[in-house]
Amino acid sequence: MIKDLLNPTNFNLMVSKISDILVRALDEPLGYAINWGRIWSLWPVHLETACCSVEFGAASGPRYDVERFGIIEAFGSLRQCDLIVVQGTVNRKMAPRLRMVYDQMPEPKYVIAMGACAITGGLYVDSYNVLPGVDGIIPVDVYVPGCPPRPETLIQGTILLQEKIKRSKIK
Amino acid sequence: MEKNLEHQIDESEKLGMQIVKESEDDRLMTLSVGPQHPGSGHFRFTIKVDGDYVVHCDPDPGYVHRGEEKMCEYRSFIQNIPHLERPVIHDSANITYSYSLAVEELVGIQVPRRGQFIRAIASELDRQIYTLYWLAIYGIFLGHSTMFMWPTGDRELFIDLMDALSGARVTHAFNIPGGVRNDIPDGFKDKCLRHISYFEKRLKEYEDIFYTNPLFIQRTEGVGILTKEDAIGLGVTGSVLRASGVPYDIRKAEPYDVYNEIDFKVQYMKSGDSLARAYVPLLDMKESCHIMRQLLDKMPESGEVRAKLQPTPKGPPGEAYRRVESGRGALGYYIVSDGSPKPYRVKISVGSFRNMIALPHLLVGSKLADMPSVYWSLNYWPVEADR
Amino acid sequence: MSQDPKNKPVDSTTPSQPPPSPPAKAAAPPAKKETEVPAFEKGLVSQIISRFGDDKIKVAYIRPLRMKVNVEPLDMVEVATFIRDNLGFDHAESVTGTDYPKDNQIEVIYQLGSYSKDDIAAHILSLTTRTSRDDALLPTLINVYRSAEYHERETFEMLGVYFEGHPRNERFLLPEDWADLPPLRKEFRIRGR
Repeated sequence: MIKDLLNPTNFNLMVSKISDILVRALDEPLGYAINWGRIWSLWPVHLETACCSVEFGAASGPRYDVERFGIIEAFGSLRQCDLIVVQGTVNRKMAPRLRMVYDQMPEPKYVIAMGACAITGGLYVDSYNVLPGVDGIIPVDVYVPGCPPRPETLIQGTILLQEKIKRSKIK
Repeated sequence: MEKNLEHQIDESEKLGMQIVKESEDDRLMTLSVGPQHPGSGHFRFTIKVDGDYVVHCDPDPGYVHRGEEKMCEYRSFIQNIPHLERPVIHDSANITYSYSLAVEELVGIQVPRRGQFIRAIASELDRQIYTLYWLAIYGIFLGHSTMFMWPTGDRELFIDLMDALSGARVTHAFNIPGGVRNDIPDGFKDKCLRHISYFEKRLKEYEDIFYTNPLFIQRTEGVGILTKEDAIGLGVTGSVLRASGVPYDIRKAEPYDVYNEIDFKVQYMKSGDSLARAYVPLLDMKESCHIMRQLLDKMPESGEVRAKLQPTPKGPPGEAYRRVESGRGALGYYIVSDGSPKPYRVKISVGSFRNMIALPHLLVGSKLADMPSVYWSLNYWPVEADR
Repeated sequence: MSQDPKNKPVDSTTPSQPPPSPPAKAAAPPAKKETEVPAFEKGLVSQIISRFGDDKIKVAYIRPLRMKVNVEPLDMVEVATFIRDNLGFDHAESVTGTDYPKDNQIEVIYQLGSYSKDDIAAHILSLTTRTSRDDALLPTLINVYRSAEYHERETFEMLGVYFEGHPRNERFLLPEDWADLPPLRKEFRIRGR
């Protein structure tokens, strides 16, 4: 009987059946755990594009403390960040640099487009030097409207991003 | 040894090899302190360093250049206000103040007295908001996170006041040609006086905690000294000029609106180093509290706040140049009108652009580690310089 | 116009030096209707005129605290040196260019201010010159006024005026691959308007 069980074909079948059960059992909680880790430590790159950076600075202040959500502006390199907040107008000179910064970040990475100028060009849509929205160069996850958005709006945007990350599957 | 070396060189040259001598330029390293950098904001400058000393510096602005001056020509005088306040969104009352003064001169509008007082109050509040943000970012540059948290928390008081006054936290769109948009709400005066008395006590704490910190003093004293002759010749403005011993403040030299009735002193220091450039904004803030108290005191009890205007005012052809003292220095507007409701040419002369010329002048010859301290003490706001 | 007389009372320009009596010839600016030409500013301008002569200096206007003087491009450096050394205007606040396609000219204005002399601390003397649009060439003033360096560079890239003697007539604020007209010229239209 044991000899039967341990011959190659049967052994392979047994191993694949056991691993199937294991993956299905662990996929949900493991994915949940990994996502939980990602949500509560989104580190933004220190890249300020234009005037909305003032409201982002105010959001990091004591009143609208964004650090309690895990968003600490990491002062190290951008190789350890996973969030870009495009703060405001992106113009033609800044666009290639923004793309370079986005490319250099490791996966998984998320993008928040903050402010009307980052979404569609906003007030400056007819200027000669301004891109009409940033989603032409990098894929945006969450759009936060306002000119400039109040810090509470920015926090709502990050909570939306957190819910989006929670729903994503880990491969 | 020498002869042996020369002999070796000769031999190898005979074999066809060339000895590449170490040239001067090879020792220099070019660094690009770029737009993605915790120490530079939305601005890039390339520096060449020789070991630890900076040899050459070349600023490269333009990362936030949005074409403000060109856009002004396509909108009427009043329609220009919202986009003109975006270059410095937290000091927006001053940048629109200067524009309103120039347009009023062109078109020939007389602003009612109560409106002038409210404009001056908004200007002083915004000056506090800007200077506190500048101090907070200075804290980030020097790695002092308390110096980031405290000013950011305290400026929320003044932002609350401006929120109650105009409806928006930072970009108020409050000053328009002809006065201000609306009157002050009830209870504003008491709230303002309460906040000012709290803030004056806090300023003493700032001075005790931040400015007497031995690390802060070591990083900023004697660093980047700008002499008085250089400051005048380079044409710098604002707190940079006053820190080098020139007591020039446009509110005193060329008083506009109601500043000729206010009694205050121009704060200046003589040493011209980074410590003086960090001290002068603090003294300016103290003086600004004093000015605000007088303005609230002397304001007329009631009256119009805005002159009655057509939707698209226009005036005779001509030009005007008016200046205002903003958080960074003299902010001037040169407007040319050709009789139509849209301006023909608007030139914004901002303090940050004028101070940029001091950056190569001061960095060359100083150490690389002094770079954040020198750069940010020049009171340079990149978004404004690019317009 | 209605605002300036209010600034007059605190003006520190109640002259500590009596202005020289203006020469009898045409220091008078063109057709001022109601307001009189202020004496102190007129005195400053007439010092320039008496040095260089009436044919080289054209006065555009003289108002309280603001004076505008027009010279030919070739005389710019001389007049600027005189203004700096004798009148005491020690720095250039800004350099602007305006495009006048109707006259086929570009006007470049230097706004000069003073930090060191108290009685002209509030005054701005605008030194202007005009050059043709098709071949805009001007001498640089950075040897006289150091503060004009970046401003002239910006005027070059925004209007296409070449400053002879300036070390870097290059792009400053615009992107590196800008291949269009200089933006502040009138024929450069913003798209959609």
